[in-house]
Amino acid sequence: MEGNSIIELRNVNFFYGKTRALTDITMDFSKNRVTALIGPSGCGKSTLLRLLNRMNDLIDGTRVEGEIIFEGINIYKPDVDPVDVRRKIGMVFQKPNPFPKSIFSNIAYAPRLAGITKRSDLEFLVEESLKQAVLWDEVRDILGKSAMTLSGGQQQRLCIARALAMKPDVILMDEPTSALDPISTAKIEELIDELRRNYTIIIVTHNMQQAARVSSKTGFFYLGKLIEYNATEKIFTNPDVKQTEDYITGRFG
Amino acid sequence: MSRHLKETIIRGIFALFAFASVLILALIVMFLFREGLPIFKEVSVADFLFGQEWYPTYDPPAYGIWPLIFGSVIVTVFSCLIAVPLGVLSAVYVSEIAPASIKDITKSIIELLAGIPSVVLGFFGMVVVAPFLQDTFDLPTGLNIVNASVILAIMAIPTISSISEDALYAVPSEFKEASYALGATKYETITNVIMPAALSGISTAVILGMARAIGETMVVLMVAGGAAAVPESIFDSVRPMPASIAAEMGEAPFGSGHYHALFAIGIVLFFLTLFFNLIADYISQKFKEVGSATL
Repeated sequence: MEGNSIIELRNVNFFYGKTRALTDITMDFSKNRVTALIGPSGCGKSTLLRLLNRMNDLIDGTRVEGEIIFEGINIYKPDVDPVDVRRKIGMVFQKPNPFPKSIFSNIAYAPRLAGITKRSDLEFLVEESLKQAVLWDEVRDILGKSAMTLSGGQQQRLCIARALAMKPDVILMDEPTSALDPISTAKIEELIDELRRNYTIIIVTHNMQQAARVSSKTGFFYLGKLIEYNATEKIFTNPDVKQTEDYITGRFG
Repeated sequence: MSRHLKETIIRGIFALFAFASVLILALIVMFLFREGLPIFKEVSVADFLFGQEWYPTYDPPAYGIWPLIFGSVIVTVFSCLIAVPLGVLSAVYVSEIAPASIKDITKSIIELLAGIPSVVLGFFGMVVVAPFLQDTFDLPTGLNIVNASVILAIMAIPTISSISEDALYAVPSEFKEASYALGATKYETITNVIMPAALSGISTAVILGMARAIGETMVVLMVAGGAAAVPESIFDSVRPMPASIAAEMGEAPFGSGHYHALFAIGIVLFFLTLFFNLIADYISQKFKEVGSATL
């Protein structure tokens, strides 16, 4: 395994009520790498992603078994505050979801929660985050305008900038381009390529070309099980498991 | 009968019913103005609205309704001071915090509160709240501004609470998820994202609650005390506009100045509630386009 891992899953099972959504998942995510999770709808890949920053806690009647170790600590230990976990592991959603506030306030949201109130500090963070998300040049003159006036692609980059502003170690992306046009998608993919130098990125995608383009490792899920987890190149050229090959070549899914 | 003819007839019937209520409203407004406007032959509009003295049965009579307007406004404002925090916060609790089981119970109890007839609440104000106030603060009467405000607040809470709750419920869950994913606590999410996003709906709820309080008759008739004078303390009695109309209409001779003056009070009330409704409508329209993320 190349690189050192930042998140380790050990025998993770996940239940929605009585339904088992994930079965015995054990996998490591490498630091400063892009990892893609692929598989047909309902295979559990988004559920897994939402386990990593404890977003599934918000759904009633869910249950987790096993360990998810992030930076040496099991984040499902009873004394771990999910808020602390979420401040280190940012998330970008399928549908761009900026707040109905100004562009500035959107980016400054997490820093303000963290207690930063000095205007100059916030301005610096907003500029830095927007530059990282390659949005600064497009919005530098309209920071006071509502984020709702931006295009879908710009909104999604804003959401990425908003996550970056809280200085996370990991960024989770749940099909971040599925609601975007091809040009916006290309921009987001370029951005992911830039970000992987400083961040660990885990991306769920339905688009297999996207997984092949952006990731260094890929996990293939089917019916709540991790079928194959390998270097992206290997998965897409010479997978070990027959099911993976069938999915990638479009024979099912 | 041809299908086309049938459709035409059905359309006609629906239009008839729809226009019937519009027509009835128009007739009521016309009647209100026809009976109310003649008072302004005896007294100017300014003297009527801002006159300090309401002695409609004296000779010569004084038709100044300022004490009545003041009475209405003061009990409405005080009832809002009680009902807005209670109504809005209970809505936040029901829609965002309460577990499902408590949520259902709380919600139906609040709705039940809306179903209590105002005369029952007024009776409660007379026999429970009034003696309590009288004994506690050593007052000549417990029928006063505080009493009326408390009872009106109880009436306004269900309106404010249920409309606010609808507004909170309508906040897209994407906003909440985004906030939680950025490391916000539940309280931070409620105050920074959910409340601002629901603000227009909550404002509408507050204004409709106020409109309900200002137009309410039975409660203020029973517990406000009925003194037609500008109050000097919150424990003074007042006579809000609806109470004046209800109490005096039976004694006012048909076609007299007093009779026309009471209808003119009705016109003032009509404009006040219309004004409240227009504000509510304006606020709810204003933020409509700023909804969920558009692609």
